[in-house]
Amino acid sequence: MPAAHSGVREPRVREDGAWQLRDSVALRPEPFGALAYDFVTRKLSFLKTPTLVEVVRRLATSATVAEAMTDAGVDGTEWAAYLAALDNLAHGGLIQERAA
Amino acid sequence: MTLTPTRPVTQRPTTGPLVEQFEYGLDAPICLTWELTYACNLACVHCLSSSGRRDPRELSTDECKALIDEFERMQIFYVNIGGGEPTVRPDFWELLDYAVDHHVGVKFSTNGFRITPERAAKLAATDYVDVQISLDGATADVNDPVRGAGTYDAAMKALGNLQAAGMKDFKISVVCTRHNISQLDEFKAIADRFGAQLRLTRLRPSGRGADVWEELHPLPEQQRELYDWLLANGEKVLTGDSFFHLSAYGEALPGLNLCGAGRVVCLVDPVGDVYACPFAIHEQFLAGNVRDTGGFDTVWKHSELFADLRNPQTGGACTTCSSYDSCRGGCMAAKFFTGLPLDGPDPECVKGNAEGSLAAVDPGSLPGTSQDHSHTGTVRNAPVPLTLSPTRAGRPASACDESPLAPARGTGTPGWG
Repeated sequence: MPAAHSGVREPRVREDGAWQLRDSVALRPEPFGALAYDFVTRKLSFLKTPTLVEVVRRLATSATVAEAMTDAGVDGTEWAAYLAALDNLAHGGLIQERAA
Repeated sequence: MTLTPTRPVTQRPTTGPLVEQFEYGLDAPICLTWELTYACNLACVHCLSSSGRRDPRELSTDECKALIDEFERMQIFYVNIGGGEPTVRPDFWELLDYAVDHHVGVKFSTNGFRITPERAAKLAATDYVDVQISLDGATADVNDPVRGAGTYDAAMKALGNLQAAGMKDFKISVVCTRHNISQLDEFKAIADRFGAQLRLTRLRPSGRGADVWEELHPLPEQQRELYDWLLANGEKVLTGDSFFHLSAYGEALPGLNLCGAGRVVCLVDPVGDVYACPFAIHEQFLAGNVRDTGGFDTVWKHSELFADLRNPQTGGACTTCSSYDSCRGGCMAAKFFTGLPLDGPDPECVKGNAEGSLAAVDPGSLPGTSQDHSHTGTVRNAPVPLTLSPTRAGRPASACDESPLAPARGTGTPGWG
């Protein structure tokens, strides 16, 4: 994934967008956050903070990404970092866009 | 039990690199190996689990299914199934289907003898199943002395059957030895030809591997050759993260560069014994049994052994080495079975830091194996000697031979040495 390292990738996740965990992905809680496993691609990924796990869990039932982040308790100083983390998950295929 | 006296109990950090988190263990393993049977139709000279004969205490079909249920509850997303040769279990295919139906993906290792065109077609049609064919030489003359007469041809046939069935991304799994390091490009070409992915793993001095370690483990210059080749080929080639000791050469190799034993990795053997890792089938690394009260979950979460392994190493000779952050002391099992201290360097330390202590090891003090299911009689596909070593020419070919000059007969005895 060269695009992941180049820094010029088009951001896909916007705070007014609607997303959800991909159907084929399961989350397993761990002390550091969670393991995410895609049963179709057999790809294992790591969600590196419990707050990020909480955001991802709330995506499907929140109207927007912003709402999921607010309800999960992401504070203002970390807003951009969490958006970037979600964008990484989107590019890795772990979350998918849904109709708002 | 305490493996090293220098592991004080410390608290898990709340931030920091994942590798440091993993040293404190996880709620369930990431990578669980399940040896389904000690029975095997072969007698490979380097077998990690000293397999050959079935153990009468083997887990029953129902016990295996109950264990799969437990893996599902613990969200162990996939297991690596091996043996022995797992396909010799009459219920193997039933267990495979059961696991897949219960959201436990399976990657299984096989010598390929039973991967017929029909079986290959079924495998290709099943999601969540991955197959790994073992091959320890890119040519029969390198492979068969290790794995047995006819095993190269059998592996090629299995690979052809999988390809013809339309199976994607199956693996060719190679144990790197002194005799095949020069064949890495050829292995890659074989994998490309079958549309397979190449997986290289490290020879361990475990099981019967201890008997051939001295003759088969890569020489120092070959370790460098392997490292350079792995860096050049990157993530296209899988390694099971088994070469992290080579990261001390410089740039880290892809993957987790730490010993995962008892932290993110473990092994369940055919009789349900839980060991810290697939290369450590020895009573010293036995954490419990899945038949114990509380089952696998309790062994994983509460065994004393695993609790000890989850206290990161803080002392020992390696922690003062400039490369410690890269290789983190290397492989625990490799140290143990070569008689080295667990908090010192790996026997294949690329800085040569183990040479002195290895030379001082009394061969009589080596731990050996605490279980042995090796064949005792004749095996049809026995390993064939690479060369007839002159030092053996004067010995009787077997205890019953009257003439000491009688030619060696095909027996299950490895021809090394």
